[in-house]
Amino acid sequence: MSTVRSRGARLGAVAAVATLVLSACGGGSIDDQTEANEDAAAGAGGECGDLNMAVNPWVGYEASAYVVGTVAQEQLGCKVNYKDLKEDVAWQGFGTGEVDVVIEDWGHPDLEKKFFEGEGDGTAMDFGPQGNVGIIGWFVPPWLAEENPDVLEWENLNKYAQEFATSESGGKGQFLGADPSYVQFDEAIVSNLDLDFKVVFSGSEAASIEAFRKAEENKEWVIGYWYEPQYFNAEVAMQRVALPPYEEGCQDDPQTVACDYPETELKKIVGTEWAESDSTAVGLVQNFTWTNEDQNLVAGYIAADGMSPEEAAAKWIEDNQDKVDGWLS
Amino acid sequence: MTAVAAAPRSVEPGAEPPAPERKTLSRWIPALGVMVAWIVIWFFTKGQDTLTLPGVARTDLHDRLTEFQNELLAGRSTNPVMQFTNSIADALRSAFEWLQRMVVLPNFPRPVPEVGWLGVTVLATYVGLAVANWRIALLVLGSFLSFGVFGYWQESLDLLIVTGIAVALVIIIGMPLAVLSGTSPRFNRVITVVLDLMQTMPTFVYLLPIVLFFGIGASAAVVSTLIYALPPLIRVAAFGIREVPDTTIEATDSSGQTYWQRLLKVQIPMARKTIIVGLNQTTLAALSMATLAAFVNGPGLGKPVLAGLRINDVGTAFVPGALIVVMAVMLDRTTTAASERSEKVARGGGGNLRVRRILLAAGAVGTVVAIYLSRTYVSLAEFPTYTLGDKLADGVNRFMDWVTDTFGGVTGGFKDVITVGLLNPMQSLLAQSPWWLAFVAIAALAFVFGGVRALVSTLVCLAGIRYFDLWHDAMVTLNMTLVATVLVMILALVFGVWMARDRRVDLGIRPLLDAGQTIPPFVYLIPVLALFGPSRFTAIVAGIVYAAPAAIKLVADGVKAVAPTTIEAGRSTGQTKWQEITKVQLPMAKGSLVLATNQGLLYVLSMTVIGGLVGAGALGYDVVYGFSRSEAWGKGAAAGLTIVLLGVMLDRITRAAADVRRDDGPGPRRAFNIRLPIGPPK
Repeated sequence: MSTVRSRGARLGAVAAVATLVLSACGGGSIDDQTEANEDAAAGAGGECGDLNMAVNPWVGYEASAYVVGTVAQEQLGCKVNYKDLKEDVAWQGFGTGEVDVVIEDWGHPDLEKKFFEGEGDGTAMDFGPQGNVGIIGWFVPPWLAEENPDVLEWENLNKYAQEFATSESGGKGQFLGADPSYVQFDEAIVSNLDLDFKVVFSGSEAASIEAFRKAEENKEWVIGYWYEPQYFNAEVAMQRVALPPYEEGCQDDPQTVACDYPETELKKIVGTEWAESDSTAVGLVQNFTWTNEDQNLVAGYIAADGMSPEEAAAKWIEDNQDKVDGWLS
Repeated sequence: MTAVAAAPRSVEPGAEPPAPERKTLSRWIPALGVMVAWIVIWFFTKGQDTLTLPGVARTDLHDRLTEFQNELLAGRSTNPVMQFTNSIADALRSAFEWLQRMVVLPNFPRPVPEVGWLGVTVLATYVGLAVANWRIALLVLGSFLSFGVFGYWQESLDLLIVTGIAVALVIIIGMPLAVLSGTSPRFNRVITVVLDLMQTMPTFVYLLPIVLFFGIGASAAVVSTLIYALPPLIRVAAFGIREVPDTTIEATDSSGQTYWQRLLKVQIPMARKTIIVGLNQTTLAALSMATLAAFVNGPGLGKPVLAGLRINDVGTAFVPGALIVVMAVMLDRTTTAASERSEKVARGGGGNLRVRRILLAAGAVGTVVAIYLSRTYVSLAEFPTYTLGDKLADGVNRFMDWVTDTFGGVTGGFKDVITVGLLNPMQSLLAQSPWWLAFVAIAALAFVFGGVRALVSTLVCLAGIRYFDLWHDAMVTLNMTLVATVLVMILALVFGVWMARDRRVDLGIRPLLDAGQTIPPFVYLIPVLALFGPSRFTAIVAGIVYAAPAAIKLVADGVKAVAPTTIEAGRSTGQTKWQEITKVQLPMAKGSLVLATNQGLLYVLSMTVIGGLVGAGALGYDVVYGFSRSEAWGKGAAAGLTIVLLGVMLDRITRAAADVRRDDGPGPRRAFNIRLPIGPPK
């Protein structure tokens, strides 16, 4: 037993020595920088403060978030905290001050009901469109659209249903449903348009992308839920299938939907408390808008060229300082 | 007398030995009867009352569950429990941030942390030396250097800090519970149910409520890790305490000791080795939560893994994923070696004490010097940048491209064979039966294999599954789980026996098995998708990658444990190698096979949610859906609870089935509650 005790004592001694060393002061270049930092901190008056930027898990979002964040950090002197969060979690964070900005919202009526002024607790608010337009619909890979152009009309889909069949679709054509984060009516559309298809959910964006990529490479038949802006479209230009056109109200009852998806104006959502603060980043976020091309460019830097989000944002900002100046004015 | 006793033995050579065979057969005949009846009724009723619910549809029950979460959310500013948990969260967050400033992030106004990379690395190495031996110290050194060289120094240390805080809390909370559960059978029965729930409930279900109670970031990461990592310690430590021989306790009780004396001087010291195994399991469970915690901004290596997944880049996700494996192996080997050493020291061994003291003193001086240097020079404080990680990522990508290009066609065919030949017919029977038919048939099979005890548990679980309104999805998931387990057991038998018979094979395969168990599934999702496309089979492959290592190890260890004398006896009668395996080794290791099946089922089931991410649909998709859309949280929760019920049901049936075989002896059965350590062959 005594050896065990002495080993405990040894560890204790190590800890004591370590603490001593920690509390003692080092010398050399680190000290110089420490002093420089102290001086700098004394001189600077932080007008921006912290900016808590939610990063929802898709590359387009990341592009927007890092461009705004980099501008805030480099040109306004904010301390930007990027937080990797799914949408629901991000919205919960407005009330606690853990999240200030959601930079790209595709429409979450349920969350708005919970967090907007009026029905909800008023911790979040709509901060206007951010310029991107979300296009959702049924898409096929380009090779298919080229060889069978009539597949781009929904009326012809039943003709090809057998071509779309897979091991998962039980004898019918397979329609690849999307990541569950997105609003989807495909099961209703299939049944209300009497299509001989079965919706098989890919379950994640990664799975959908792999399926489309493979289909284009090997000339396989695939049709699925897809959207724009999305970096993958630069690699494989997915082609949209025309469904009965969207009309106001045709998607109100989820059971009877038989029309295409509407175009969505993507919005900025911010924390109410933050929006009312005097942070200089509020104006930046309010003024921020850009186009689908802008976002696809930055998203492409990240996804296709393998840049880090910071590098990608910095590169775009350097090339587009005029646009950035517009947000800062 | 002798003549009578000898009479039945004089059977003709070659005749069947009746007694043991009949015992096994007798359970398969009624089982076959149930199956035939099921298929006949299914033939006339298929497609009726299947309770199919479309992927994005919900029922009233699901909406009521969602309402529960909404009410919690609406009352968050006034709820006293949440205010309490929020203050705990603040404490956790500041503890995490303080440690971060000590070892990894600049401690303003310093441009660098208090202790730089050199100091941290040498200190960790020294700890390895102090608690174990120089080999472990080298392992720790190599691991820490690899964190930095591959470019994930900060993320690795963040993960170590989160794991450290979580494991410390697990010990504080878990040890008293383990003692209670080890000494009171009644408490044990109650807590077993809770522990089952904690271990089988998919994390996605409780991630949203955790954020409500504990906020996002490090605090949420610590708490979700805690929930998942607590059960192994309680289970294993309680098991260890329970296993202290009664005679020892009686002997010491007779000297008039108090409850506390008995606990602290007898039970805990005697169970120490098992307790450390529990701690080891807890640590590995904690690491496996790293990627999931990253969904709520949990710091650590999970973040770059998810970032790689976001851009469908296997290589980018692989490097941090592999570092999680490195960390797991490091912690596993260190805790194991520490426990072995403490055992040796307690028995008066432990090598030359004086040499060791000198070594430790020298190490201490070196550590102090390293810490001092890392506080002084920037280059020794900030880990230099290397491009090795990027190169490795590129290499992995090229390799994966080659694999998908080369095997893409073959794998598709294999998928179709399994899907058409096994998956679809079974799913048709399970999920296309009217719910009441499947209900009765499953209960009948449970009774056949596990007797009344299994029947009662099964009835309760099936009733619960029916109640949560996801019957059809539950049957589809059950089917995938069963098919995957069959494939897992085939692999386990082939590789387990091979490893048991050839030590070199064992040494070669073990590290791969360890990696399969600890690498985050998110890393291999993309290559698996590229090979098989989004499908149920893809989910099955993911389940196999995770579950097969555990089952293989169990079978290998079980076969290895068969007494050599038994094998020798067989060899002397001139049996072939095949006979030796099938007639001696496997039957003797039957307990391990049942245990491997049980663990295989549960491991596969725990991958259900991952399956939902790769096109398997069913319960896994429901859970992901609930996590992704707040209006569907209730459906996700219902799916999560259904998975728990499936898990409990399968567990109780296999356990009861194992119990029915009296010839197994108590050994393997007791081990059921222990999760498997990763590690070198024993």
